Amino acid sequence: MTATESNTQPNPAHASAGRADLRPQHIRDAVIRIAGNSQDGIQAVGGFLARLAGRSAQDVITYMTIPSTISGGPSIFQVRIGSGEVLSAGDEADFLVAFYQHSYKDHIGFLKEGGVLLYDSDHVEPDLNDKRFVYAGVPITGLTVEALGGTAKDKGKNIFILGLLAAIFHLDIEKIKRLIRERFRTKDESVAETALLALQTGFAYPIDNLLSTRYRFEPVEKPDARPQVTMDGNQAVAYGMIAAGVRYGAAYPITPWSSVMEILRAELPKYGGLFVQCEDELAAVALALGFSYAGHLALTGSSGPGISLKTEAIGWASMAEIPLVIVNVQRGGPSTGLPTHVEQGDLYQSIFGGHGDSPRVVLAAASVEDCFYMSIEAVRIARKYSTPVFLLTDASLSTRIEAFDEPDLKAIMRDLTPDLAPRPAEFKPYPLDAITQHAPPGTRMIGGKYPVATGLEHNEMGHPTGSAKLHAAMTAKRRSKLQKLADELPSPEVFGDAEGETLLVGWGSTYGPIREAVDRTRRGGQQLSALHLRHVHPLPHGLEKIFARFKDIVVVELNDEGVYGYGQLASILRARYCESKIRSLCKTDGMSFLVKEILQGIAK
Amino acid sequence: MSTATNPSVESEKLTKTALTSDRSTWCPGCGNFAVLSAFYKMLENSKFKHENIVTLAGIGCSSRFPYFVNTHGAHFIHGRAVPLASGVSLSRPDLHVFVFGGDGDGYSIGGNHLEHGARKNIDLTYVIMDNFVYGLTKKQTSPTSPIGFKTKTDPTGAIDRPVNPIKKLVSAGATFVARTHAGQISHMVEMMERAAKHRGFSVVEILSECVEFFPGSYDCATPRKGGEFNAIEEKKGDGSPEDEHRHDVTDEVAAYRLADLPYPGRFGVFYETNLPTKNEREKNLVEVTRAKQPGCTDMEILQKTFDRMK
Repeated sequence: MTATESNTQPNPAHASAGRADLRPQHIRDAVIRIAGNSQDGIQAVGGFLARLAGRSAQDVITYMTIPSTISGGPSIFQVRIGSGEVLSAGDEADFLVAFYQHSYKDHIGFLKEGGVLLYDSDHVEPDLNDKRFVYAGVPITGLTVEALGGTAKDKGKNIFILGLLAAIFHLDIEKIKRLIRERFRTKDESVAETALLALQTGFAYPIDNLLSTRYRFEPVEKPDARPQVTMDGNQAVAYGMIAAGVRYGAAYPITPWSSVMEILRAELPKYGGLFVQCEDELAAVALALGFSYAGHLALTGSSGPGISLKTEAIGWASMAEIPLVIVNVQRGGPSTGLPTHVEQGDLYQSIFGGHGDSPRVVLAAASVEDCFYMSIEAVRIARKYSTPVFLLTDASLSTRIEAFDEPDLKAIMRDLTPDLAPRPAEFKPYPLDAITQHAPPGTRMIGGKYPVATGLEHNEMGHPTGSAKLHAAMTAKRRSKLQKLADELPSPEVFGDAEGETLLVGWGSTYGPIREAVDRTRRGGQQLSALHLRHVHPLPHGLEKIFARFKDIVVVELNDEGVYGYGQLASILRARYCESKIRSLCKTDGMSFLVKEILQGIAK
Repeated sequence: MSTATNPSVESEKLTKTALTSDRSTWCPGCGNFAVLSAFYKMLENSKFKHENIVTLAGIGCSSRFPYFVNTHGAHFIHGRAVPLASGVSLSRPDLHVFVFGGDGDGYSIGGNHLEHGARKNIDLTYVIMDNFVYGLTKKQTSPTSPIGFKTKTDPTGAIDRPVNPIKKLVSAGATFVARTHAGQISHMVEMMERAAKHRGFSVVEILSECVEFFPGSYDCATPRKGGEFNAIEEKKGDGSPEDEHRHDVTDEVAAYRLADLPYPGRFGVFYETNLPTKNEREKNLVEVTRAKQPGCTDMEILQKTFDRMK
C-alpha cells in the first residue's frame, strides 16, 4: 500500500498486539488478494470492486486464477486499485482475504510484511506467533448463515466480505448497492435482496475491534476525463470487433477464448449479424472465410490447440488473399498444456505457422483497453491489405478486469457493408501491380469474366498456373503487401529516456509490469527505458535506430528461451537486426511477470 | 446493419457460352464432363442472375469444377467446402450456392462437415461426383471403394466396408437426397433442378466414372453397356392401386430400404422434406432480437452496452 506523503502512519505490523490509532490512512494504491475456492463467488467480489473503482475514476487492474476443473479447486481473485496509473496486478498483497486453511497456507507468502490477513475464523487457524502480519479473524461463515437464515452451502459469504472490505476501505456503500442491484436485475428480486442483506451485515461488522487502521483512497481529480468503462480482455475484443464493423464470425469453444464467442453469439444479432458455433475448428475457420469471401469481413478465434487446427485454412487466406481476423487468446502449450494459465508461446506459430511462404499480419494487445483498439486495427489492416491478421491476447488479459476511458464511438464505429458495385472490364482479382481487392459474389463483372478465389497458384484472373515465373511474382506480390503495411506503421515510442543503459522490449500483456519496472527504477535514479511492440509482424521501421542508443537490450516475454537461449520475439529481433546485444528474459511458470522478477532478471 | 444491395442492372440470359470458362483438365471420357454439361443446362433453364451464382469446391478431380464454370467461385481446401459454403449462404440470401466435390472430399476428409451442414439444414446444393476411387492422387482407396477393389493403398483389394452415401446423407439430416448417373443427362438435369429449387441442404450424389482408375465401375447401371438404369417411381397421390407401391419421398424408413438395395440400386429422389433452414432460424433470431430495440442505430446499441459497464 502506498501511503501519501502527508500521511505517515504507524506500521500496523505491531497492531495485532493491541489497538492503535483509528485515523483513516489515506492511500493511493492497494493490492487485495481474495483466496478461496472457485465456487465461492470470489470473482464476483473482485468484479464488484473493479467496477466500483472504475466508476470512481480510479485505475484498477485485476488478476484471476481459476482451476481447469469444472467445479471446486482453489481459486484467487486479486484486485489492485490505485488513484494513479495502475500497470500490474501487484507483486505482493497489502491485504489477504482467506476463506480456508489452504487459502491461508498457499497465499500468506504473498502478503507483504505489515499486511493484513482477514480470515474466516470458522475455517482458518493462522499462526498468530508470526508477528509479520496484522490478523483480523471474523466468523464469516457463521455470521453469513445467521444473517441470511439459510445453510445453502454458505452462499453469500463473498458479498459479506465485500461489505467488510467496504467498511475497511471506506468504499462508497451506496454505489456498491447500485452495482449489486444492476448485476441481479434480470434475476428474481429476492436474489438482490439477499445479497444486499449479506453486504449490510459485513459492512456493519465492528471491524474496528480487530483493526487499528481503516483506509481511504485518495480522491481522483480528472476534470475533463471521459467516464470509465470496466470490462475484461475478452469483452474488450468482442466489443472492439463490433465497433470495427465486424458482424459475422464463427468459432469452436476452447478455454480461454470461449467468452469472446459467447458474447458475440448473443450480441451480433442485435446488429443484424451472426456468430456460428461450428462442429470443429476446421469448420469454424472455413465458415468465417465463407463470410469474408461473401464480402462480410469475419472473425474467427481460438486458443493454442484450436489455432493449430485452423492453420491450413489460414494458409488458404494468404494465398487466395481473403481478409480474415483470427484472435488467439494464448494459453500455456504445447498440446493441451496449461489451459488456464498464461503464456506467450504462440508468436512463432502466428508468424510462421503455415506451409510455404504464407504472409500474414500479427498484432498483440498490451492491455484490456488495447484489446479493444487492436481489434479495430486488426480489422482495418485485414480490409486494406486483403490478408489474414492475427490478434494475439492471452489468458491473463482474457479474465483481467480493467477500467479505461470510455471509447469515443462516434469517431470509431465503422460500417462494413460489402461493395457490390459492378467491376469494370479491366478488373483483375489478383493484379500483380496492386493490392488485391476482393470482388465478392453478387458483383457484376462488366467484362463477363468471373473471378475464382483459389488456393492454387494462379494468374491475375485467379486461374491455376504452373508457371514458375508467375509463382515467383505472386509470392513477391503477397509478401510486398506486408512491406507496404510496415511503411505506414508509426515507429513505436520509447518510454523513459530515448537513450541510455538498458532498453526493455516487450509485446502483449507484459506491457504493464515492464512499464512499472521502468517507473520504479527511474524513481531510484536508474536509467531504464522500455519499448512495446503492438505490431509484431511486420515490424515497424526505425527499431534499429532505437536499439543503437542503448547499451543493453532485454526482450521480456512469457515463453521458453529455446534451444539457442533466446525467446521467440528476441530470436526474431536478433535475426532481423543482427544485433548481438539483444538478450532474453523469459519465464514459463504460467503466470504474468512480477515487477521484481523483471528487475532481478535485468540485474543478471 | 444495412444489408447488401445488388446494384446491378438486369442480367443477360444465361447461355452455355457465357457460363463456360477454362478448358477442363479432366481425362477424356471422364464422367464429370457430363455433370458439367448438366449443370450448364440447369443454369440455362434457371432465372438466376449470372453474378448471383456461386460455385465452390474443396480438393479432388471433381473439385476443379469452379474453374470450368464462369461464375463467382472459390477453390478451397480439402474437405472444407461445405463450411465455406455455409458462410456464404448464411450471410448472403441473395446468392445461389453450389458446392461440388468427390467421394473422398465429401465422405472421408469432409465427412464431419457433411454431417453438420445437413443437420443444420443450411440452404445450399451439394453435388457429389462419386467415382469410388481417389483419382487426382492416382488410384488409392476411397470411402466408397467396393470391397475387393485393388488400389495402390490396397494392392490385394479394399477390405473396409464402403460408405453407403444415401444412408449417410439421410441419417445426417439432409432435407433433399437424390442419386443419379453421369450417363443419364436428362435425369441429372432434373435432379439438379429439384435440388436447386429445394429450400435447405440438398445433395445430388452422381455416379461419375473414372475412366482412368476405375473403368467400367458403373456399367451395370448403364443401359448402352448392358446394364439397367432403375429410376425410382415416386408416389403421385393419384389413388391408383399401383401408387401403393411407389416411393414416398417423405418416408425416411422407405429411403433407407431403397438405399439398401444391392448395387447398382435405384436412381432418383430418395428423400425430401421441408424443415426450417438454419438461414431462416438465424434470420428469425435477428428479427426477434432487433425488435427489442426498435430504431436503434448500431452506435446507440453499443453505447447502451458501454453505459452498463460504467
